[in-house]
Amino acid sequence: MPPAGSLPGVSGFQVHFADHDILTAGDRPDVLVAMNPAALKANLRDVPKGGTVIVDTDAFNDRTLQKAGYPASPLDDGSLADYHLHGVALTSMTVGALKGVEGVTPREAERSKNFFALGLMSWLYHRPTEGTVDFIAKKFAKRPEIVEANTRAFRAGWNYGETSEDFAVSYEVAPAPLASGTYRQITGNTAISYGLIAASRLAGLPLFLGAYPITPASAVLEELASRKDFGVITVQAEDEIAAVGAAVGASFGGALGVTVSAGPGIVLKAETIGLAVALELPLVIVDVQRAGPSTGMPTKPEQADLLMVLFGRNGESPVPVLAASSPSQCFDAAIEAARLALKYRTPVYLLSDAYLANGSEPWLVPDVADLPDISTSFAEPNGDPFEPYRRDRATLARPWAIPGTAGLEHRIGGLEKADVTGAISYDPDNHDLMVRLRAQKVAGIAADIPELEVDDPDGDAELLVIGWGSTYGPIMAGVRRARKQGIPVARAHLHHLNPLPRNTGDVLRRYERVLVPEMNLGQLAMLLRAEFLVDAVSYTKVRGRPLSARELEEAITTMVATA
Amino acid sequence: MSPGDGLVQLTAKDFKSDQEVRWCPGCGDYAILAGVQSFLPELGVPRENLVFVSGIGCAARFPYYMETYGMHSIHGRAPAIATGLSTSRPDLSVWIVTGDGDALSIGGNHLIHALRRNVNLTILLFNNRIYGLTKGQYSPTSELGKVTKSAPLGSVDQPFNPLSVAIGAEATFVARAIDTDKQGSAEILRAAAAHRGAAFVEILQNCNIYNDGAFDVVRDQKENRLYLRAGEEIRWGDKGVRMRPDGTLEIVDASVGGLLRHDPLRDDPGLAFALARLTFESAGAVPLGVFRSVTRPVYEDMVHEQVRTSIEEKGEGDLQALIRGADTWTIG
Repeated sequence: MPPAGSLPGVSGFQVHFADHDILTAGDRPDVLVAMNPAALKANLRDVPKGGTVIVDTDAFNDRTLQKAGYPASPLDDGSLADYHLHGVALTSMTVGALKGVEGVTPREAERSKNFFALGLMSWLYHRPTEGTVDFIAKKFAKRPEIVEANTRAFRAGWNYGETSEDFAVSYEVAPAPLASGTYRQITGNTAISYGLIAASRLAGLPLFLGAYPITPASAVLEELASRKDFGVITVQAEDEIAAVGAAVGASFGGALGVTVSAGPGIVLKAETIGLAVALELPLVIVDVQRAGPSTGMPTKPEQADLLMVLFGRNGESPVPVLAASSPSQCFDAAIEAARLALKYRTPVYLLSDAYLANGSEPWLVPDVADLPDISTSFAEPNGDPFEPYRRDRATLARPWAIPGTAGLEHRIGGLEKADVTGAISYDPDNHDLMVRLRAQKVAGIAADIPELEVDDPDGDAELLVIGWGSTYGPIMAGVRRARKQGIPVARAHLHHLNPLPRNTGDVLRRYERVLVPEMNLGQLAMLLRAEFLVDAVSYTKVRGRPLSARELEEAITTMVATA
Repeated sequence: MSPGDGLVQLTAKDFKSDQEVRWCPGCGDYAILAGVQSFLPELGVPRENLVFVSGIGCAARFPYYMETYGMHSIHGRAPAIATGLSTSRPDLSVWIVTGDGDALSIGGNHLIHALRRNVNLTILLFNNRIYGLTKGQYSPTSELGKVTKSAPLGSVDQPFNPLSVAIGAEATFVARAIDTDKQGSAEILRAAAAHRGAAFVEILQNCNIYNDGAFDVVRDQKENRLYLRAGEEIRWGDKGVRMRPDGTLEIVDASVGGLLRHDPLRDDPGLAFALARLTFESAGAVPLGVFRSVTRPVYEDMVHEQVRTSIEEKGEGDLQALIRGADTWTIG
């Protein structure tokens, strides 16, 4: 990691709270707390004019200013005149507040300034303090002196806000009206892990994960590796190819085979996923997308793997593709991916991204009894010669006959197989038939997934905004802002990318104009235009950051204005 | 199961599938297939519990000819797929059939990791020192200078010694056989199948179309076979193997005495490695048999032991408790 105090070394954390359900981490903070000049420089552009800027004056000296590239102190030169600037001696006040706490080094005392700042923020926004105090006690339970130091710093910060006359106003944010029930915080990676464990239980099959460490997907491997009490088997494979290979092997043996990775790993798995298409075995592949190409920006989100997972295999190789839309929705998406994989005996892609993976949100914890039944059955001998490619008439899925079943011994592989018998076949008509059958099987899933829902409150919108994946929150927030301006706008969000919901074409054609915001250069827009001959217009940003509600509001208003 | 336990005794015929065998006439693979099919009844594992996994290459067609479960997968990946299968289903007997290109070139990484993990697999590597399916390019075991269609001026690639690779990869069982040596192969298959963990068997196999005669010096000239037998002196004809004071091996007249006795159970792999390095060119004979057979914890056993103890300590996972977590709040 680059050194603290340098511009690349700036790290930060953004919190968003509101009197309504929150859809994003917020695009533009109302308050910025800058612990040094570099942090100020790196983040000031995000703060709207009129916003509040709090700086640690102890950290502003010639050396740190120079490191951040400031010729003169911005605290003195009037360059921050558009903001409510508060210079607070965070470090020295924290160190002062901690005098007499035994066992805390001067360096540790300084580090407690985060809690001083949090105390100040808690006062400024009338946030309850008990939760933070409890958190400190739990988090640092092993070092009581640090609990004492952080608690003192936190209270000192709160008291400073209360006592100092520097802060003339404070704010109260009312509670948001939310559905009743039990809530928890959850990140996308944890939700995917839990969704996979739940799917294994709901299917009555052991969960097998083959994975190779990769940012930002490793947390799923780590989470599942710690859940052996659920019978979960994890193999940390020698490479991405082996990871998916092991999962295919486990699926052949009757497990719910899963592999998880990010773009650079997914490309390596492509050949094996093609094999799974030919074998027609269940397999779930989770792609936690990150900015590419190549190594790209490993920790930053992007949605640019869509066309790769749809088409990035040799031959006609159809694979169902799902995309999660929020951190907690990852749970349902993982179960749905497993359901389709098991029912249709097919590899299924689940797309997440770095924003969902590490972002967290409150989740209304579901009752396990309300989760769907996704159980499936293995083939059983009936005395006739076994035909591994005789398909179910409704789903076109083939039987899943697992080793250990006497009488169903059979061989499968990547070579083209004769319809029904599964024997190797290079017959031209048979190949044509098999290619079409595999495509029909995946296309037929459209009948088994929900229709695309449209959010068009008054039914008078002429513009539809349609998205997929983690842009769900920003698009919803942007649409709300446009509606507040009185602009009628409809919104829809795709969770199934292949096949698309069966009414997608109807929905698109119902609107005069279609706007498709994406964190890529227009991949879904290309699909919609190709598939439905609609004049879908792309709005794209690939900055390695989520789209912002404000820019989407602008994109909507601009589009309406130019109608 | 063994004969006399009341179950039907299978024969070689029971392991033949209805598929026509399509290797070139005269290929060494026929003898290996027949050898495996006639050995399996003796193994006593029910057909439904046997799985043959292969990659790509001539040898990789093997599973189609076996009346067991089988998967003809993709180039080099059989060890990865078999690792997943055997780990999730330790009740199965999983075999890999591979070739020199499949195992040591495109699949080299998977092979060494399956070996070092000691996954319970029996790996049969048919080494013909050539790419046969693609019609005659040099392989990772082709000798230096070999002239092929892809090396018209001779290969400049130093070849792998498959046994050196396996021993270097911490394999617990390493052996070598010859395709046409029915008795020797049966003994090795027996030992390999009985081994718990990854058993690696190199089978010298003649490709009569693209690399005919590659092993004539030991395949046809039986006097050049050096059979390694546990507890016996390492010798053939009137020659034997002795260790010099510096630890290297020397070939001596057997009558001088002081010959090494073969001990495949020796934990240190050094001697097995040295024996594996003996070639016809360097020693005048080709060692065959079981070079190394040691006991080490098996991957699947350890994986399932962790699952078992986790359930023992924490109880069977409670899904509702898991997703609820420790930190919740209630609204309404």
